[in-house]
Amino acid sequence: MAAPDSDSDEDLVSYGTGLEPLEEGERPKKPIPLQDQTVRDEKGRYKRFHGAFSGGFSAGYFNTVGSKEGWTPSSFVSSRQNRADKSVLGPEDFMDEEDLSEFGIAPKAIVTTDDFASKTKDRIREKARQLAAATAPIPGATLLDDLITPAKLSIGFELLRKMGWKEGQGIGPRVKRRPRRQKPDPGVKIYGCALPPGGSEGSEEEDDDYVPENVTFAPKDVTPVDFTPKDNVHGLAYKGLDPHQALFGTSGEHFNLFGGGSQGTSNLLGEIGVNKGRKLGISGQAFGVGALEEEDDDIYATETLSKYDTILKDEEPGDGLYGWTAPRQYKNQKESEKDLRYIGKILDGFSLASKPLSSKKTYPPPELPRDYRPVHYFRPVVAATSENSRLLQVLSESAGKPVPDAGTHSRHQLNASKRGELLGETPVQGSATSVLEFLSQKDKERIKEMKQATDLKAAQLKARSLAQIASSSRSQPSSADVGHCSSWHMALSGRTATTRASNFKPFAKDPEKQKRYEEFLVNMKQGQKDALERCLDPRMTEWERGRERDEFARAAVLYVSSHSTLSSRFTHAKEEDDSDQVEVPRDQENDVNDKQSAVKMKMFGKLTRDTFEWHPDKLLCKRFNVPDPYPDSTLVGLPRVKRDKYSVFNFLTIPETASLPTTQASNEKVLQHQGPEKSRKPSRWDTSKQEKKEDSLSEFLSLARSKVGPPKQESGPLVIREEEPVTESLSNKNISKGVDSQTEEGSRPSMDLFKAIFASSSDEKSSSSEDEQGDSEDDQAGPGEADFKSSQETNSVETPSVAHASEPAPQEPAPSFPIQKLQIDEREAFGPRLPPVFCPNVRQKLEAPQKEKHKKNKDKHKTKKEHRRRKEKVSSFWVSWDRRQAQVSPLLSSRKAPPPARCDPRCEASHRDGLVPGWGHVGLSIPWQKC
Amino acid sequence: MAFPEPKPRGPELPQKRVKTLDCGQGAVRAVRFNVDGNYCLTCGSDKTLKLWNPLRGTLLRTYSGHGYEVLDAAGSFDNSSLCSGGGDKAVVLWDVASGQVVRKFRGHAGKVNTVQFNEEATVILSGSIDSSIRCWDCRSRRPEPVQTLDEARDGISSVKVSDHEVLSGSVDGRVRRYDLRMGQLFSDYVGSPITCTCFSRDGQCTLVSSLDSTLRLLDKDTGELLGEYTGHKNQEYKLDCCLSERDTHVVSCSEDGKVYFWDLVEGALALALPVGPGVVQSLAYHPTEPCLLTAMGGSVHCWREEAYEAEGGTG
Repeated sequence: MAAPDSDSDEDLVSYGTGLEPLEEGERPKKPIPLQDQTVRDEKGRYKRFHGAFSGGFSAGYFNTVGSKEGWTPSSFVSSRQNRADKSVLGPEDFMDEEDLSEFGIAPKAIVTTDDFASKTKDRIREKARQLAAATAPIPGATLLDDLITPAKLSIGFELLRKMGWKEGQGIGPRVKRRPRRQKPDPGVKIYGCALPPGGSEGSEEEDDDYVPENVTFAPKDVTPVDFTPKDNVHGLAYKGLDPHQALFGTSGEHFNLFGGGSQGTSNLLGEIGVNKGRKLGISGQAFGVGALEEEDDDIYATETLSKYDTILKDEEPGDGLYGWTAPRQYKNQKESEKDLRYIGKILDGFSLASKPLSSKKTYPPPELPRDYRPVHYFRPVVAATSENSRLLQVLSESAGKPVPDAGTHSRHQLNASKRGELLGETPVQGSATSVLEFLSQKDKERIKEMKQATDLKAAQLKARSLAQIASSSRSQPSSADVGHCSSWHMALSGRTATTRASNFKPFAKDPEKQKRYEEFLVNMKQGQKDALERCLDPRMTEWERGRERDEFARAAVLYVSSHSTLSSRFTHAKEEDDSDQVEVPRDQENDVNDKQSAVKMKMFGKLTRDTFEWHPDKLLCKRFNVPDPYPDSTLVGLPRVKRDKYSVFNFLTIPETASLPTTQASNEKVLQHQGPEKSRKPSRWDTSKQEKKEDSLSEFLSLARSKVGPPKQESGPLVIREEEPVTESLSNKNISKGVDSQTEEGSRPSMDLFKAIFASSSDEKSSSSEDEQGDSEDDQAGPGEADFKSSQETNSVETPSVAHASEPAPQEPAPSFPIQKLQIDEREAFGPRLPPVFCPNVRQKLEAPQKEKHKKNKDKHKTKKEHRRRKEKVSSFWVSWDRRQAQVSPLLSSRKAPPPARCDPRCEASHRDGLVPGWGHVGLSIPWQKC
Repeated sequence: MAFPEPKPRGPELPQKRVKTLDCGQGAVRAVRFNVDGNYCLTCGSDKTLKLWNPLRGTLLRTYSGHGYEVLDAAGSFDNSSLCSGGGDKAVVLWDVASGQVVRKFRGHAGKVNTVQFNEEATVILSGSIDSSIRCWDCRSRRPEPVQTLDEARDGISSVKVSDHEVLSGSVDGRVRRYDLRMGQLFSDYVGSPITCTCFSRDGQCTLVSSLDSTLRLLDKDTGELLGEYTGHKNQEYKLDCCLSERDTHVVSCSEDGKVYFWDLVEGALALALPVGPGVVQSLAYHPTEPCLLTAMGGSVHCWREEAYEAEGGTG
């Protein structure tokens, strides 16, 4: 069975290649139909057949003709109106774009036509021609090209010719030339020198024997420097494979013949191969001498007679040494040219130096004496006085130079004018001795200013260093300020100031102060010990001076440290800390008194409602999908106005009367500005119970008020206290009916009065300053103390800088209170507090304790005060009031608010920053149930 | 034989307890319905926020991430996000589904008492005891609020938002309404510290509860007093009040463990619903149905009208 099978296999003959076996489930591929076959290039793009002129055709638009629609007939042009311009169609009209492109058959790129092509000998082209000639089937065929020049010459040629120029001449005026001396060896032509072509031409001309005297010559033609940029990566002067060397044709031998058989001499282009007689084979710079070269030479070289010497050592090749191997001194001429052999070819544009480089002369270092020691000893400097003149002389003699006389200057220290003076010359009138004198007056002033500025800066720097020392010394138990100052100066005097640029004017707002500051800087720079004391205003109080001293020192530190270039990038703050204005809301929720009564009477509505202009943020409006009600304003929140910060009227509570609406408003504004910190009421949480108690209190007050009439303003402090206008907080509770007080408020007592009354009040509290600071956070407008407070303000207003400094936010929480001060505290606690001003320099507060203790805002520490109140026995009216307070707020007690002493430090902090109001009663308590 | 038309039944008050959720998260500080009333949020004092189905009593998700007890929460209109504020002074924006914190807004200086989304949930308004209301932008990554409304002089106890208004009640005794459309601030003096404010559903009135155990219904535009509701006890705690689903009744928590219902127009006490022995801290009224949630202690009760048949029982 098997055998026949195998036989049949052998019998079968298969033709062609079998189809690949089909995979299971695979459909046989259909061949691509002809119309779908496309021609693509390597990158998969459709390949286009080229136009008719470049060997193909392009059948218009996607193998249609003309356009998408097909053949586009030329549009009809009426010959009636517009004559159709009958353009003669040129071959370009039938060409494709490709044909017109750069590489097409009719490129449209701009090229110089033959008419204007330069006919000067382009060396590169010449070279190319030579190359072509060498490789051409007929060697030297290019000679014909040289002989047959184009009939047409370029315009430039013709122009020059008409001007008398001849080919081979240079352009320019004719020159005379000296007759050349006879050459020593005219018969011998030396080809070995690789002078530049121009030079060689010149040398040819120089060969002329005789030149008449009065004959001028055209200038030599100059071969232009070859400016063809180097666009390859070969080395400099690389020439590639020179066909004259690589393929030795007849030309090589031809030159060889000219060379007279002098071996080693290379002609100008280096075209002569060293190995003669080689017909074929590749050699050259590009390849160097191959390992097989010699053998190849032997193998392929044909034997010619020229390879053999025909003369018996009669003429040694080239060198003429005749076997003599000694140095050839006798052949001194053209020695440098001989070296050329070893140098090889010379780069274009270079020629061999005719003179050898003079070797650099080197000088040996001086020999050191044996006892030389490489250390310098300075001679002692002795001031020239009468006593030690002898010593000086000795010293100077030992130093080997004369000591300059004290009176006379040494020669080198004199300038021209001084020398002239010494010589008795009269100074030249009107001539300027310095450049500065040429400057205009304006420029001089400018220079002067600049100089002063640098001085100022130097002074600032000094002051800065000084202040740094001062601040470091502050940590130590500080002595008196003056001593302080002197220590600064001590430190300062030791320092040298370098100039540092700064244009800051820290007190620019107060020109006088700025002046004092600058004066201070100048003084400081001069190292005066009492710089500060001198520049301060003698009219100021001691405290003010101390403060200003501090300020100046700090300013010197701060404002110098930032570079002036930096300063140009910043603008002034919109709200300065030391401005006298505060921004307060323009509108203010007005007094609660009548509101409260309205509420009591359930007369809600107009009486209880305040309406303000309020500016929502633009983004907020956007988010709420609401058009901005004030599209033009940049304001956000309530509109604010600037108020005088220290105006007494900001702090006086003037009841609302028809005649004084604006004052009222301003008062309210300030309160609003104080923002969250204020709550006028002792507690709003216990209003209901409070009200029960109010009657007696208000009765009491009204009684007191009726007793104290307007004439009583001159009476003692006690009366005044009773008589004080009732502030909001009190009035919350009791002054819904305080009509009579309004009349009193209407006639505001003068500031002098306040001053007279309260001048002494600061003394009694001086010891409790620290407490006051702690308490100053407390915000409480208590009964009867409003004017007291404002009178304090009056004091400070008259000394504005004091008032300024008295405002810093309190730093420490109040420590426990000494009992003897309690009464004061209690009383003060109800005064309106000052607006929180965030004074940048807290330290000043310490310096002026007396003035700043009257600020109370009590919200936060109310519960603490209650504690105190319960503990302490305080006299009379205030006690009763306090007791009422304590009783009145069951909510307070029931609330789990921690006692202020243990208040959350964060709350403290934020409160100090003026952020958080009324912590004392702010929290609504949350019942805690155990679950 | 024409039968007389059946008189439209008066609105029923939820007085049947249908469910009690034992929240297990400490005291429930607040309970809030979501926008459609199907779910509720409970704010626990154990720093968690929980999402429930109040009718079925199932806990859906717990959101933890607050640093202190959660005091208020609100859901967005599309139920996709929640916001909450708490004792950690932070306002947190939550993703409902994943339970992750999307953003945490810090900036308040004190506890955040109340939070609200605006209508499109693009802004969160939070009221804090630092007396400021801050408007946080949920769209941008800005860490600071868009605007701070710091007109109040004491802590903010309640904030409510309508499409163009922000209603806030403050402990300084004033109800402030910021009208963004008009660009005006209306400040109504009530005197007693405000514990809760809310808009009526018709947007014409505001209901104000204060610590003098009084609820007042004020005309929104003029500030006039439309009604006063007393009888409950609210002198100490921040308790919630609201209006019923059809503005027919005024509902308020009370410190005596009851929920009080007053007829809105007549002002007469309609019902005092005893909830338990403690203080009813928080309540929430279903937006469309007579359904009330009350929080007392650590549990939340769900109340329905008498005629209500529990769907959970039938289906």
